[in-house]
Amino acid sequence: MKKMLLQLKLKGLLPEIAGGIHVILVAFAMVASYSNLTASSIADASTPEDKGLAVALAADQRDTGWGDWSADAEMILRNRHGESSSRQMLLRSLEQEKDGDKRIIVFNYPRDVKGTAFLVYTRRVGNDDQWLYLPALKRVKRISANNQSGPFVGSEFAYEDLSSQEVEKYTYKYLREERIDGHDSYVIERYPVDPKSGYTRQVTWIDKSEFRTIKTDYYDRKGELLKTFTAYEFQLYPSGYWRADKFVMVNHQTGKSTELFWNNYVFAQGFSDRNFDQNSLKNAR
Amino acid sequence: MRVDRYSAALTIILMLMGCAPRVILGQREENWEVSGYVGAETRWFYYGPSESFQHGGAGFSLTLEPEFYRGWEASDTSILFEPYIRLDSEDTERTHFDIRELYWQKIGGSWDLKVGLAKVFWGVTESRHLVDIINQTDQIENIDTEDKLGQPMVNFTLINNWGTLDFFFLPYFRERTFAGREGRLRSIPHINTDRPVYESGAERWHPDLAVRYSRIFGNLDLGIYYFYGTSRDPLFEPDIGNGDEIVLRPVYNLMQQGGLDLQYTFGGWLLKFESILRSGRGQHFQALTVGFEYTLYGLFGTTLDMGILSEYHYDSRGETATDPFNNDIFAGTRITLNDEQDTAFIGGMIYDHDNGTTSYRFEFERRLGDSYKLIIEAQQFARIDSKDLLFSLRRDSFLQVELRKYF
Repeated sequence: MKKMLLQLKLKGLLPEIAGGIHVILVAFAMVASYSNLTASSIADASTPEDKGLAVALAADQRDTGWGDWSADAEMILRNRHGESSSRQMLLRSLEQEKDGDKRIIVFNYPRDVKGTAFLVYTRRVGNDDQWLYLPALKRVKRISANNQSGPFVGSEFAYEDLSSQEVEKYTYKYLREERIDGHDSYVIERYPVDPKSGYTRQVTWIDKSEFRTIKTDYYDRKGELLKTFTAYEFQLYPSGYWRADKFVMVNHQTGKSTELFWNNYVFAQGFSDRNFDQNSLKNAR
Repeated sequence: MRVDRYSAALTIILMLMGCAPRVILGQREENWEVSGYVGAETRWFYYGPSESFQHGGAGFSLTLEPEFYRGWEASDTSILFEPYIRLDSEDTERTHFDIRELYWQKIGGSWDLKVGLAKVFWGVTESRHLVDIINQTDQIENIDTEDKLGQPMVNFTLINNWGTLDFFFLPYFRERTFAGREGRLRSIPHINTDRPVYESGAERWHPDLAVRYSRIFGNLDLGIYYFYGTSRDPLFEPDIGNGDEIVLRPVYNLMQQGGLDLQYTFGGWLLKFESILRSGRGQHFQALTVGFEYTLYGLFGTTLDMGILSEYHYDSRGETATDPFNNDIFAGTRITLNDEQDTAFIGGMIYDHDNGTTSYRFEFERRLGDSYKLIIEAQQFARIDSKDLLFSLRRDSFLQVELRKYF
């Protein structure tokens, strides 16, 4: 079952999108045909593991075919004394057919890190490839991918929380159905494949109608509840994809939290690999 | 004259500091993005100088490095302007102005074109930047060779699935900056830059050329280049300066250089290799740097990362090399707290196998609030052999504290 689902996913259920007005039509067709297929896959799954994987695949498939997007993000970091600081950045992402997404993050604030840029080639299997651009030296540096469990710019989001959520990065177990924040959801547990992950498991709520991640509880290496992620105010963009306006990550152990506000989402700008190479990192703004 | 230059520059800095906030407010309408920093620095030499006319104690500096950027999305073109100015209380040579970058750039489908003054970095290692050659070192800024002067260039980059090919036409040469007669961190006798010697009859106008190929093969990042032109690394010859004083003057020869840099990245390891082959008048040699960086992430269950670095430097010229790192080993550590203030520390030592010369360097930085940054640097010339190139710096250990305000 698991193999069959993977094959389905890898082959891709969608022919290549030509562009123009067809994009939206195809996107709707894809959503319609895929909901039927996934509904039966999820219902047919015989074990909790297969059912968990079927939900993850459905969520992945629902968010496939967007091509590229860019967005502005602002993070508000709060400590337990209520003091806050801000991070502003631009994100660009390019979907890859046969591997994980490519992504660039360019910092704009605080000003001392303005122009610092981070490039990641997500891998479905194995370590991601990462480069960092240091504008003061004009230096592009390949960096280790072992930082996955570390905090992203001092926030409560770890690198692995913000990286492209490839299906292959976890194994799964279906737990139950539950209504949360007004969404009827599947609750699945997932276990990171990467032994360097900061988590032993994650419990995640994925809504049944649109397969969006509503909430995730993160359990640390000792198995204790560490953080809770919640997404708020989902918007349906004209390309047919849902994105939340706001993420919140609360660390239960330190009392710190980070809010992440998304603005100016733009899909299908026609980015190519050229916009995600080491040279583009130097010019990213 | 000196005082005039200093006060004029100071006036400019203060004017710009006053202006900066207004310019930023206007940036949206004008489409020019303005950012940068102003800094105040003190550098304290805790040993008396080697020569009586060198300054002692602490020196103070003000610095300003604004960046003006404007992009035109429709044509994929942009202009960037980044001037730099430093005012120093002790060394008139250190009070200086430079245009770090002033270029026009166009980004094409599989190519980039950059015309103007720009900075280019090549290389992978940390304690020495052997293959990095396009820009002249602004050595008066710091002895770590990481501050560079803007290089006039036409840079055409071809980007394809077979790799990246960079062509450089460098029509004008920039001389290296050196500490002045009253300055510290300089050779003895001091270098007088008024009468440099060039091998080329065209002097600064000798057209230099470089081509570099770079490519990523899985975990391996590779760069290989060829350079022909005026050496950025001068030799020195004795000369008579003002008042019949013996000084050194720089000699800039023509040279050819091939360079190779490699980094192999796996797990927490970065394995690094840089090598050059240079031939030119009076010099035919090879040099290499080989080393690693291993990072332990999330040490002791905290968010702290600790990197362990070591690099070995070799130069076939041995003790006659113009670079002090001819058979030296560097060992160091980098600690990043991954906190909200981006606190980071890097420290290390360099030890010369031939003569036992040992020096230490520490750098610490931390953001204060949202827009200030504290940077502390210390350099200790602990044990300096009389045969080592660092010998004239033996009394120049220093502690430097800098506060920058970013805008």
